[in-house]
Amino acid sequence: MKTIYLDNNATTRVAPEVLEAMLPYFSDFYGNPSSMHSFGGQVAKKVREAREQAAALIGASPDEIIFTSCGTESDNAAIRSALAAHPDRRHIVTSRVEHPAVKSLCAHLSRQGYRVTELPVDKDGLLDMNQFEKSLTPDTAVVSLMWANNESGVLFPVEKAAELAHKRGILFHTDAVQAVGKIPIHMKANVVDMLSISGHKLHAPKGIGILYVRKGTKFSPFLIGGHQEKERRGGTENTPSIIGLGKACELAALNMEAENTRVKQLRDTLETELLARIPNSRVNGNRSYRLPNTANISFEFVEGEGILLLMDEFGICASSGSACTSGSLQPSHVLRAMGVPFTMAHGSIRFSLSIYNTEDEIDFVIKTLPPIIERLRSMSPFWTEAAQSCKGE
Amino acid sequence: MWEYTDKVKEHFLNPRNVGEVENPDGVAEVGSIACGDALKLSFKLDENKRIKDAKFKTFGCASAIATSSALTEMIKGMTLEEAMKVTNQDIAAFLGGLPQEKMHCSVMGKQALEKAIENYQGGPAKEPEAKIICECFGVTEREIERAIRENNLSTVEEVTNYTKAGGGCGGCHDAIREIIEKVRAEAKPVVRPKLSNMQKIKMIEETIEREIRPSLKHDGGDIDLIDVIGNRVLVATRGACATCKAADITLKHFVEQKLRDLVSPELVIEEVTP
Repeated sequence: MKTIYLDNNATTRVAPEVLEAMLPYFSDFYGNPSSMHSFGGQVAKKVREAREQAAALIGASPDEIIFTSCGTESDNAAIRSALAAHPDRRHIVTSRVEHPAVKSLCAHLSRQGYRVTELPVDKDGLLDMNQFEKSLTPDTAVVSLMWANNESGVLFPVEKAAELAHKRGILFHTDAVQAVGKIPIHMKANVVDMLSISGHKLHAPKGIGILYVRKGTKFSPFLIGGHQEKERRGGTENTPSIIGLGKACELAALNMEAENTRVKQLRDTLETELLARIPNSRVNGNRSYRLPNTANISFEFVEGEGILLLMDEFGICASSGSACTSGSLQPSHVLRAMGVPFTMAHGSIRFSLSIYNTEDEIDFVIKTLPPIIERLRSMSPFWTEAAQSCKGE
Repeated sequence: MWEYTDKVKEHFLNPRNVGEVENPDGVAEVGSIACGDALKLSFKLDENKRIKDAKFKTFGCASAIATSSALTEMIKGMTLEEAMKVTNQDIAAFLGGLPQEKMHCSVMGKQALEKAIENYQGGPAKEPEAKIICECFGVTEREIERAIRENNLSTVEEVTNYTKAGGGCGGCHDAIREIIEKVRAEAKPVVRPKLSNMQKIKMIEETIEREIRPSLKHDGGDIDLIDVIGNRVLVATRGACATCKAADITLKHFVEQKLRDLVSPELVIEEVTP
């Protein structure tokens, strides 16, 4: 059975070009880039090249790129460094819809005595900028807001928010794990201090990430060790993955237009057709201000896990914000923050596309999903005539 | 992805007895859409008062659908007395087991069965004045007590897996802990033989390991047993406990209480700085 992979916000396929670029650095060129011999030196040169490729993708300087082990490490390093830069300040501003890498860290810090403001979002998943501005105080050490939401794809105006924070001398970090590679980002055109990137969300392997730190920003390392990454991140470089990520960044820049035209078109077709063919369904999140690849759709009165498992029978891979799949007993914190009603939240499915998806695949999903929903609804005690006559909200 | 048995998958993909029995003798609805799963069960009896037909409608995850399907298969042909004896463990066993986190699906099946039989016997559709412990999922004290008794549960996490209670905001964890202690105390009337010093130390160590450490670790803390002198239990706090302002309250109200309940009522806890 062919796999139809529509779960690219969870992880992506390693691009064949990326794999090809990496392989020699496992087998032949295994030298340590810090070594004093040319066998290691040639690897250092490739790492330098990767740093340039990564910097180019986000319009940064190479020395503003710190390679880390993952997006979570980047988030942890950024927020802890910002707090260390202002030891007298005890307040953190973030949002209710952050990825656990930020959300759980902030919860942890609040238990250690930090005051954390979690900004709410509206029903479209958007941030109220007035409320954001009001949340900033002289005691605020750092703001951490995601650029794009992993579940809904909704974008936060982080560049504007960074300016507002900066005016007050507050450091600004953004978890841009879902945004980088999908939408154009130019660090020279904004004042964001720190930005997190994850390799495996843009067709590089798992286990590699980046923390962008703007030149001049005070930074304390999270991993203390050797002099790697200009003493900003100890630990021998994961050279094959760094080289792979460099290549992936180069490809992402080349594919940016396709992502925002062809992929977006596929996503829109998928969304429009599913909504048209399946009654009592709706899109979660603002439909214009979001990533080009993400569609989060709720199908009322059915449960997400059942949908996923039945789609799995056809090789279709997606995610759900339902309780059964969230690992807790409640539906996704993102959907709850947006006030998505329970009848809808449990039946939410996230489709996230990539440049590797084809029109045929999308057509197949459009054809396959309606009978799946119908089948589960026929088993649901809530799918009554009354429910069918009421059109969503 | 959950590790479901082949039988769970098979019952999910090909559920038996979906629908509603016409002119049912007994019918019940349990769960709600807010809770994430709900089951409507109906059955009809034959002239010998055996269950002739049983059908379900379920909103919920794959295991909720599979347990509902399994339940209807299991009870067909049973008398009501026999059906009353079906436990949630039986339903799970019929499917070759369920992941721990999904045991609440089997409990839901059992509840629906009981309520449907009560409904046939003319019992009240709603439980009289049930005290709600978990507000998030509307779980009553009685339901929690039963799950603890029937499945021999001993931690809050297990109670959550079986009943969902405590799986939301977590505000009822203390109340659940109290219910666990109450039920377990009933289960084994305390006969405390005089302990030798070695026995006492061993029991204290075991109690810390089994009953105390998991809860503390959940909050990032830990304790180590340093010494036992008579009835004085000397411990050192570690991790988050070592810096937590509320640590001595935890020591007195939780750790000491546990040791008194489970080892000896004379024990006094003391914190030492290592």
